Amino acid sequence: MRKVIVVVALLVVAASFTFAGGQAQQPSNTAAMTGPKTGGTLVFGRSGDSVGLDPGRETDGESFYIADNVYETLVAFKPGSTEIIPDLATSWDISSDGLTYTFHLRTGVKFHDGTPFNADAVVYSLGRQFKKDMPAYKNGPWQYWGGMDMDNIVKDVVKVDANTVRITLKKQEVPFIANLAMNFAAIVSPTAAEKWGADFKSHPVGTGPFRFVSWTKDDNIVLERNPDYWGQKAYLDRVIFKVIPDPTARYLSLKKGEVDLIDFPSPQDIPAIKSDPNLKIVQQPGLNVGYLALNVEKKPFDSKLVRQAMNYAINKQEIIDAVYGALGTPAKNPIPPTMWSYNDDIKAYPYDPDMAKKLLAQAGYPNGFATDLWAMPVSRPYNPNAKKVAEIMQAQLAKVGITASIVSYEWGTYLDKTEHGEHQTAMLGWTGDNGDPDNFLFVLLSIPATQIPAQNISFWKNEQFEQLIEKAKVTPNQATRTELYKQAQVIFHEEAPWVPIAHSIVVEPMKKTVEGFVLYPTGKRVFQSVWLDQ
Amino acid sequence: MIRYLVKRLALLIPTLFGVVTLVFAMIALSPGDPAQAMLGERANKESVEKLREQLGLDKPLGVQYVNYLKRIAVLDFQNSIKTGQPVIQEIRARFPATIELSIFAMLFAAFFGILIGIVSATHKNTWVDYTSMAGALTGVSMPIFWLGLVLMLIFSIGLNLLPTGGRIDIRMYFTPITGFYVLDSIIYLFKEGNPAYLVSVIKHLILPAVALGTIPLAIIARITRSSMLEVLKQDYIRTARAAGISEHKIIYQYALRNALLPVVTVIGLQFGLLLSGAILTETIFAWPGIGKWIYNAIEARDYPAVQGGIIIIATTFVFINLVVDLLYSVINPKVRLS
Repeated sequence: MRKVIVVVALLVVAASFTFAGGQAQQPSNTAAMTGPKTGGTLVFGRSGDSVGLDPGRETDGESFYIADNVYETLVAFKPGSTEIIPDLATSWDISSDGLTYTFHLRTGVKFHDGTPFNADAVVYSLGRQFKKDMPAYKNGPWQYWGGMDMDNIVKDVVKVDANTVRITLKKQEVPFIANLAMNFAAIVSPTAAEKWGADFKSHPVGTGPFRFVSWTKDDNIVLERNPDYWGQKAYLDRVIFKVIPDPTARYLSLKKGEVDLIDFPSPQDIPAIKSDPNLKIVQQPGLNVGYLALNVEKKPFDSKLVRQAMNYAINKQEIIDAVYGALGTPAKNPIPPTMWSYNDDIKAYPYDPDMAKKLLAQAGYPNGFATDLWAMPVSRPYNPNAKKVAEIMQAQLAKVGITASIVSYEWGTYLDKTEHGEHQTAMLGWTGDNGDPDNFLFVLLSIPATQIPAQNISFWKNEQFEQLIEKAKVTPNQATRTELYKQAQVIFHEEAPWVPIAHSIVVEPMKKTVEGFVLYPTGKRVFQSVWLDQ
Repeated sequence: MIRYLVKRLALLIPTLFGVVTLVFAMIALSPGDPAQAMLGERANKESVEKLREQLGLDKPLGVQYVNYLKRIAVLDFQNSIKTGQPVIQEIRARFPATIELSIFAMLFAAFFGILIGIVSATHKNTWVDYTSMAGALTGVSMPIFWLGLVLMLIFSIGLNLLPTGGRIDIRMYFTPITGFYVLDSIIYLFKEGNPAYLVSVIKHLILPAVALGTIPLAIIARITRSSMLEVLKQDYIRTARAAGISEHKIIYQYALRNALLPVVTVIGLQFGLLLSGAILTETIFAWPGIGKWIYNAIEARDYPAVQGGIIIIATTFVFINLVVDLLYSVINPKVRLS
């Protein structure tokens, strides 16, 4: 009898899922057929307020969400990818020595305050971030400019004529073009920036599809359609960015219909969202990676066999299921799958404790060994609970004879000690900035990055790998670069300086009436193409 | 009275000095390098040094302390590291929201708390008493974030009566005047004759005020009950009863005033609790107040903001308790303020 009930219950559940799935498809299909509708206000429920609205000054994602819609850059990321496409520059030429970039600007574009967009605006927007003799320089700090090492890349930005700008570089650096697609390189209205001075961060004026209306701190920011936009005008009349800090409250607000779209749902609420007939989910892996670095300067991790054994001994799926839930996917490469040049031909190390034991025996550790296992004290997008991950790893490693003792410090101390290589194995991660593989592979795995304070905390130095990523840094041809990075990933996989753990998954729940929303790997929230089917 | 007031105000100086010193010590003694922690994965030696210098962390502790006292004395809380805005300006933008919420939560707690306390006392050892006190015990034991979500599930999602959060329907594009939305919406009511703002503001206030006021309500109810029982045992009540005065008059006119003394003290102290409870309530109900702001500042290790926020909240608390002490004499003239 009990069996029968279980079977019936399962059938009912299965049927309701199929039904829900069917319903999910229909409205969007009919909507897609009628085409985009203009009008309406979209309310976006997000987890925190913007810190400021001057794209050059800010460093946090919530601030950039506004910049994504109010401002534009010379080049942009193609929607949904990390590829670079023209934006405020229609084309650019690169000199044969790779040191001079000449940008041809889009004509007839105006800022929201009526100021014409031209070479002066570009020179002002970028120049204020590094030309110490410009009065606007003092309105900094220009943290992202420094953070992306632009001081060591860019020599000068000069106007050639009204619609042409020349940027000269101090060294060959192909990934530099991707930096120009980032928010910090957005072109601001020089008139408005001069008028407001340091307070420009509360009065943003750009060329984007939306213009700024108002900001109530910690509560909401209102944007409206820019009627004079040069390209495809936004469909929405208005977008309201509403702060709802608690993830469950955010979900309830969406369920009640007060907001149309929410950021960062809590993993527990995702099944309920998926089964709600009025809601849908758009998702994509995030531009990040969480990993366990194996310090090759310490025994026994100097042995490649041991490092490979670690990769076989750790069951990533178990970690994902227990810690990340629906918000993570197992990692096999050091770069995330949404990034160009991701090498999907690489076969991940399967979970195979027997193979691990065999390799350990070959390496001279038939009875395993003892190691430390450092876990971050804080929750990060790429690893929401490192201590819990460490406990699971500890149990998995015990099965192949490795005794791991978990170590943790206060966050600042943790970073300081790992930078100095005090660990044998340590968890850490990285969130990408400009969508360029160089931003992962060079920053985290190059030889210069092993210098203390190191960002390459496995202290792995591989000449072959180094040559590939150095060459990719100075090769303008995208196809060649892709090939070089793919080869570099093969070496990384074979040498196994890390156990890559996971990439987070960005999940964006919304009403079924929200159409045209695209997630960007770089974390942008762009509303230009979004419309409401109501 | 005046002399008492001056004395109390003079006593505030060492109290506030203690607060200010404690706040400094808390941050100075917290483990690790704050500059390093603030910068996270991207910290390099250069940026850490720059930030240490900017925060004055490169100077000896004693010098840091003296500089800090000098600044606080002239109410200079520096700029927030995160936003670059003066901390005092950031606080001003958010303080009205928290004060408004706390006042309404306390009105709710005091009104129902005293009422339940009286009813319990006058119906001692009946089912009314047992139910109220069991309710009070539940109220005290309830975690605010849990209560907040349950209230939201029932009244916003289930019954569809009240909004899930915020201070006003954002689609109304309300422009605040003072930052106290109840006051602002009343001004708009008189200026434009439009009651829609006020209705929306009140609707948004109900759930957070109830969530925040529940614990103080339960405490006030229990104190009122025991204090009332105490007073009702006294001779003058027995005399009043013997004189044939109505029970209603005895309770509300003769007993209540005396019974309220300890209740007023508790209300004053509960304000401190409200300000800390506000962190959770503000988070759940998307209430843009100072509690959530301080919480964020602590998470981001924005030390100037943390210092400024705690000092302002502690000062408010100290002043509220001063007002409460002064209220004693109003409620009970027997208390001499000298």
